[in-house]
Formats: sequence, structure tokens, C-alpha cells
Amino acid sequence: MRDILPDVERWRARGERVAVATVVSVAGSAPRRPGAKLAVSEKGEISGSVSGGCVEPAVIETALQVIKDGKPQMLEFGISEEENFEQIGLACGGTIHVFVERLDW
Amino acid sequence: MSSLYEELKQQLAQERGVALATLVRSSSGQGIGAKLLVFPDKSFHGSFGLPELEAQVAADAAQAIWIGEPGTRLYTLGEQTFEVFIEGFPPPPRLIIVGAGHIAIPLTTFARTLGYRVVVIDARSAFATRERFPHADELIVAWPDEVLAQMDLNPSTAVAILTHDPKFDEPSLKVVLSRQVGYVGAIGSRKTSQERNERLKQQGLTDEQLSRIHAPIGLNIGAKTPEEMALAIMAEIVAARYGKDRSAILDWSRK
Repeated sequence: MRDILPDVERWRARGERVAVATVVSVAGSAPRRPGAKLAVSEKGEISGSVSGGCVEPAVIETALQVIKDGKPQMLEFGISEEENFEQIGLACGGTIHVFVERLDW
Repeated sequence: MSSLYEELKQQLAQERGVALATLVRSSSGQGIGAKLLVFPDKSFHGSFGLPELEAQVAADAAQAIWIGEPGTRLYTLGEQTFEVFIEGFPPPPRLIIVGAGHIAIPLTTFARTLGYRVVVIDARSAFATRERFPHADELIVAWPDEVLAQMDLNPSTAVAILTHDPKFDEPSLKVVLSRQVGYVGAIGSRKTSQERNERLKQQGLTDEQLSRIHAPIGLNIGAKTPEEMALAIMAEIVAARYGKDRSAILDWSRK
């Protein structure tokens, strides 16, 4: 949280809405631990990370949607999920859940 | 009332412990994204709309401020299940050194290097000087027990008692052991420590309280110089922070 705050504050000062994505669970090995955060501004600027790169594009896309409709989303990423809707694997083989919400609380 | 986000930001800026709990899943699909901002005394702001769930989550979150990784926990209320992501934000670690003697100087430097806020307290103004402690965040010349009694002592706080003088050490220990700090160590040989424990027991301290004192202070690394003693103490403080007891330190098979 502390790492993304300065950027989030900057965006909010400009009047932009913001979404925050948080790793809420990790099974197996994963690049970031629970609590890791990626913030996305309405204009698509980012701060922080949830995976070290492999799932960020999908998270950013969802975050922009969440900024628009305000509906939180739970995303799951991992190669152990054969039918994974996102079709995105993590290089190290684990599964992570990422919760994406609009910062309107 | 300000938003939870503004309040969280303020708590972090003021370096106060706080936890954030977010409802991330529920069997009914209701309430996703609802939040509680939880304080160390289990009080909270925000709402899940379910007082019973809130009470359970607040109790867990208040603990999570100090220990463990952020994570998702499962709660069951009757037929309903809820997944709540709980994230604790402890204040930065702080080391309070009682006694501004020769070991306290390198101990201040080591602690600062490791990211600790360092407070040095000594009633003797000749010892607690800026010249001797240029790196201390706070340097307080006063009776240590009186200062400690006024401080916010919490599980992010480590206290090293180094005066060698029972009239300072013992009242300080009494204050510190009445609170929940992350680490308390007191200087003195095994014999000195034993005698001190006897006296403190007569003054009403319990065996449980006395067992929390790390004494003789520091890991047994054969330290001889003040710098080495400071290293032994600092290593013990770090070990305590991660829940390692003395027997676990050389055992890589234990987490």
C-alpha cells in the first residue's frame, strides 16, 4: 500500500479515478506475495505490480473496466487452471487471485 | 467523516498500527468490496452489514496488524460463507534503548541501518548527548520508567535495557512487562539476571512476565567489544521479530 500511495495521490489530485488490484491469495510459487498491489489511473498510468509482468496487461484492462462500472472483480491466473478464462500463465507455475476494485471507499 | 481511504492514509502517515479487511467473496454474491478499517483495540470503521461477521473479522484483523502475512480468511455464518482479505499495516519497528552507555552507541547505528526508529533514554545527561548519539531519532534525558510509561509500547517495539543499575533497570522492566512489546532484553550476567528476577518477583511480577525478558541479553556469539555486543543484541531483536527462539537460530530445517 505504502509503495503505491504517492502515485495514487498524484492521480487523485488531478481528479482522476483510480482502481487498485491486490494479490489476495497465492497457491504454489508466485512472483509476488499476498498484499502486492498494482494501481491503475483512469488514463492508464500504473504503479506497483502484482506479478512482475506476466499478468499485468490483463489486470490493467480489467482495472480500466472497474473504474468505469465500479464493480469489483476477482481474477484468477495460473497454468494449473486448464480452462483458465484469461488464458494467461505465470512463468513459475503457481496460481494467484487478484482482486480489482475502484478506489471509492 | 472522512473516507476509509483518507483515514488509512492518515494512520500510515502517523505511523500507527492499522488493518484493512475487504470482503472479496461471499456465497450470496452480496457486499463484495465492503471494507473495515480495524484499529489495535478491535474497534473499526466501515461496515459489512453483518455485525457478527464484523466482530469476528475485527478480532482477527486487530491481531494481523502485528503478525503474519496478508491473506484471505474464510468465515461461515449459518449457511453463508465469506472470504475476507485481511492486511495489517504495523508501524515501523522501533528500538528503545534504556541506558546511553558504550554498547548503546553501536546499537543505535545498527538499528538505524536496519530501518528501526531509535529512542535513547538515560537520566544521566552526561551520557545521553547528541555528540555520542548523532543518529538517534530521539534522545531523552529523564527517568526511563517515567518516559516509558508515557510511550505507545506495542508489538513493533523492541526495548533493550542496558544501564546495569537496578534503580533504572527494574522500574523500566516493570513498565515494559505490563505491555505487549515485541522484544525486551536486559543486560547482566546469568547471576545478575537471576537475582533481578527474584527482586522483581517480590515486587509482584509473574513468572510469565519474567520469562519474556531476554537475559543475558543478545545471542551467544562470543561478543567481547561493545560493537560485538550490540551486534549480538540486534541479531536477537531481529530473530524475535520473526518469531525465532534461541534454539531455532542455527536450525535451517525450522521456519
